[in-house]
Amino acid sequence: MAETIFDPNIIKDQNLVYKRTDHMKEKALSYCPGCGHGTAHRILMEVIEEMGIQEKTIGVSPVGCSVLAYDFMNVDMQGAAHGRAPALATAIKRLMPDKFVFTYQGDGDLAAIGTAETIHACNRGEHITIIFINNGIYGMTGGQMAPTTLPGMRSSTSPYGRDEATMGHPLRMTELVATLPGTCFVTRQAVHTPGNVRKAKRALRTAFELQTRKIGVSFVEIVSNCNSGWKMTPVKANTWMEENMFPYYPLGDIKVPEKID
Amino acid sequence: MAKVKGAIVIDIQRCKGCEVCVPACPKDVIGMSTNVNNKGYHYAEPKHDDCIGCANCAIVCPDGVITVYRAKD
Ligand SMILES: Cc1ncc(C[n+]2csc(CCOP(=O)(O)OP(=O)(O)O)c2C)c(N)n1
Ligand code: SF4
Ligand code: SF4
Ligand code: SF4
Repeated sequence: MAETIFDPNIIKDQNLVYKRTDHMKEKALSYCPGCGHGTAHRILMEVIEEMGIQEKTIGVSPVGCSVLAYDFMNVDMQGAAHGRAPALATAIKRLMPDKFVFTYQGDGDLAAIGTAETIHACNRGEHITIIFINNGIYGMTGGQMAPTTLPGMRSSTSPYGRDEATMGHPLRMTELVATLPGTCFVTRQAVHTPGNVRKAKRALRTAFELQTRKIGVSFVEIVSNCNSGWKMTPVKANTWMEENMFPYYPLGDIKVPEKID
Repeated sequence: MAKVKGAIVIDIQRCKGCEVCVPACPKDVIGMSTNVNNKGYHYAEPKHDDCIGCANCAIVCPDGVITVYRAKD
């Protein structure tokens, strides 16, 4: 046991309250310090662990910072071409309908190059879970403007801020897919505070449980920070996110299925 | 009423010094070390032992480096 300022009698297995799930691999995450991707990965794997479905789950990783999600999540995974994760997940789920199938995608992946795949998978009502990490920017490639970039928000391709007259309006993909009959559960969450992490985890649990009802896509957006792309410290980025992202992307359930007892 | 005491163990070599855990703690337990780890990050460390074992710090840590314990006195 390393040195500790705490009473060593507390630090015993029987007193354990929280430790990183072994459904996350040992490998250090490739994400920037403070990036929400890590927290989102972990609560997703906690849900898989708590449901006991590790052997029955297949994930699809995107192109973007989370391209290497399969290196971190200890479940079977396949990598999709940029934006094509919902199409690949469709194939996997149709071939293996008893598996729990999810995609994990950024906003550049899901709401730009993959718009068609997203909308059509949602419209077909595939029985998959789509996890959408919205940080309002292309993180991996150096902070370019995404369809989700806020009005006036600076990025490397909108250095004077996004001008809606010439660059269009931020796309609320989550509200959009909620209008489609093929989605059964649509919600927007965040993972920057303890309360938000707990709520987001419950939402992910609901999303996975709904796959067994086979009533369509469960869609969980997580508004997250890209502190590197936004050029802020992680803590500042989280405050900025609350003040600027949440008014445009309000948190909460947008569509919930009817309860069955 | 028995007092609940908590303790945290931080895997300092995996910590990226992001400070996200600091405002998450209701007891202001966590501060940043003036030392750096092998990756060059100023890692998180407990400043005092007033921890209640609520796990807030651990569940917001993007890199999952905090382990939390709790016991009744
Ligand atoms: C077909 C194709 N077009 C463009 C790219 C370049 N590219 C890589 S990641 C990315 C965007 C990633 O942004 P996002 O999905 O928001 O994820 P983040 O990195 O922010 O998590 C782009 C455009 C690519 N790899 N493949
Ligand atoms: S560039 Fe942005 S999204 Fe990518 S790991 Fe860094 S903070 Fe996260
Ligand atoms: S477990 Fe709770 S009280 Fe203890 S350091 Fe973490 S946040 Fe603070
Ligand atoms: S949140 Fe985790 S990685 Fe960030 S400073 Fe705290 S312990 Fe280190």
